[in-house]
Amino acid sequence: MTEVSQAVAGRSVPATSAPARVGPRLMRLANPTVASLILLVIVLLAWEFLPTALDVPKFIIPTLSDCLAELARMWAYEGLLGHFLSTALYTVLGFIVGSLLGAVLGYLLGMSAFWEKVLSPYILALQIAPKVAFAPLFIMWFGYNAMPKLLVTVLIVFFPVLVNVLQAMRTVDRDLVNLARAYNLSRLGVFWKVEMPSTLPNLMAGLRIASTLAVIGVTVGELVGGNTGLGFLISYGGGQANAAMVFNAILLLTVIGYALYFALVKIEARVLHYLPRAEH
Amino acid sequence: MALEFRNVTKRFTTANNALTAVSDVNFRVAPGEFVSVVGPSGCGKSTILSMTAGLYQPTEGEVLVSDAPVTGPNSHVGFMLQKDLLLPWRSIISNIEFGLEARGVAKAERRDRAMKELAHCQLAGFENHYPYQLSGGMRQRAALARTLAIDPEIILLDEPFSALDAQTKLLLQNSFAGTIAETGKTTLLITHDLHEAVLMSDRILVLSERPGTIVAEIEVDLPRRDRPLERRVMPQVADYAAQLFKHLKLEEKAA
Repeated sequence: MTEVSQAVAGRSVPATSAPARVGPRLMRLANPTVASLILLVIVLLAWEFLPTALDVPKFIIPTLSDCLAELARMWAYEGLLGHFLSTALYTVLGFIVGSLLGAVLGYLLGMSAFWEKVLSPYILALQIAPKVAFAPLFIMWFGYNAMPKLLVTVLIVFFPVLVNVLQAMRTVDRDLVNLARAYNLSRLGVFWKVEMPSTLPNLMAGLRIASTLAVIGVTVGELVGGNTGLGFLISYGGGQANAAMVFNAILLLTVIGYALYFALVKIEARVLHYLPRAEH
Repeated sequence: MALEFRNVTKRFTTANNALTAVSDVNFRVAPGEFVSVVGPSGCGKSTILSMTAGLYQPTEGEVLVSDAPVTGPNSHVGFMLQKDLLLPWRSIISNIEFGLEARGVAKAERRDRAMKELAHCQLAGFENHYPYQLSGGMRQRAALARTLAIDPEIILLDEPFSALDAQTKLLLQNSFAGTIAETGKTTLLITHDLHEAVLMSDRILVLSERPGTIVAEIEVDLPRRDRPLERRVMPQVADYAAQLFKHLKLEEKAA
């Protein structure tokens, strides 16, 4: 037992260094990546065979092969690629615009205690308000085009970034700021050389949260109105009792969110290279 | 005079009360001199430092650095705290350059001066390391290098050794004393460690409890200010420490 748990804890420990009495096959099982993949295979197998075994109809839970067949059909006849790219594009666009606005406003408010106090109750109110509920309003205002879904995404991405940046600006080490002042740095110099870099870890955390929300914003925008995107395919497929289409759209949305999240994790590792790595 | 306090009083007023941190403080520090300020905690030691650095102004009286009144943060003064205040996202060399950046020093010259101070503080070879890769003592030496790089007339040290373990502390006091003696900088050390004050200074100012005012001034008449490790074994050190002990009325407090 101890051998196995040690192997789990020490991911980088090569299998050869393990005690000889634990077989190599068991060692491979203890590797989290392998275990994770095995879990995936089990879930996929259950998905494929359980619904048929339990007599669940296809329009309630389509099997894996049903979904793959539907995916090929969507690719050929529903213009899946176009829908996918449109959703991906607006997810990324909404994420960039929303987080830029959130970061800029966060830094501006972080530099002015006065305006932060003036605006914070309203920011809190807007943060609490369910952003997705704005979607129908945006459609009334801007019509059935890409604008509403972009706006919902921007709105939903905006707050976690804003709040994280603001929080970080409040907790910048006063002694560091004093040091910079003693070295004759201007207000702007203090911002660029001390405050902004100090807040980077929080900014990156905010961006990571925002990246998972961006997909939600776009999906809701597409569900409520419009005729493009994976969100549209969900409501379209739902209307036709085509559960496989809905399944596929959800999976592809997850893929987009996953890709965005991991891109950010990579960027974060780059940007925050100077932080000591936590020992896992 | 390198540094002079003339009848300096500092009061902090908040919404519902006023607090006098230091009251009628007078002292002078000659160029090249190493002076320590000791006193009970909360006696306004750091207030003296902040006023010298120009971070805030005295309520009454005047602070003069090189015979000119201090009106704001200025390049004559370099200060160092218990925290090393290295910027974690910068390499050591670029941390040392930090103080020069707002002064219009050309990039190449900045690097030159920083490399020189790096060597001075026995950190050669660590220029491309990041702060988290260095030990506490090395980080403090890097902070000293940054302070020296701006070539200040006065160095203010606010308990720079108090966060270190006992052995690192001795070695670092020794290395700081050597470096400071070499550069001939005027230094004001704020400390609560009586032995440290005796080992490192030419003169010691003793502050009373708040509102802080100077109650004693002790000349440390010992050789080898540049080698605290050698001073440490001299028998007179204990006498000086005992004098400080008496002035701080520590026995009465213990009773």
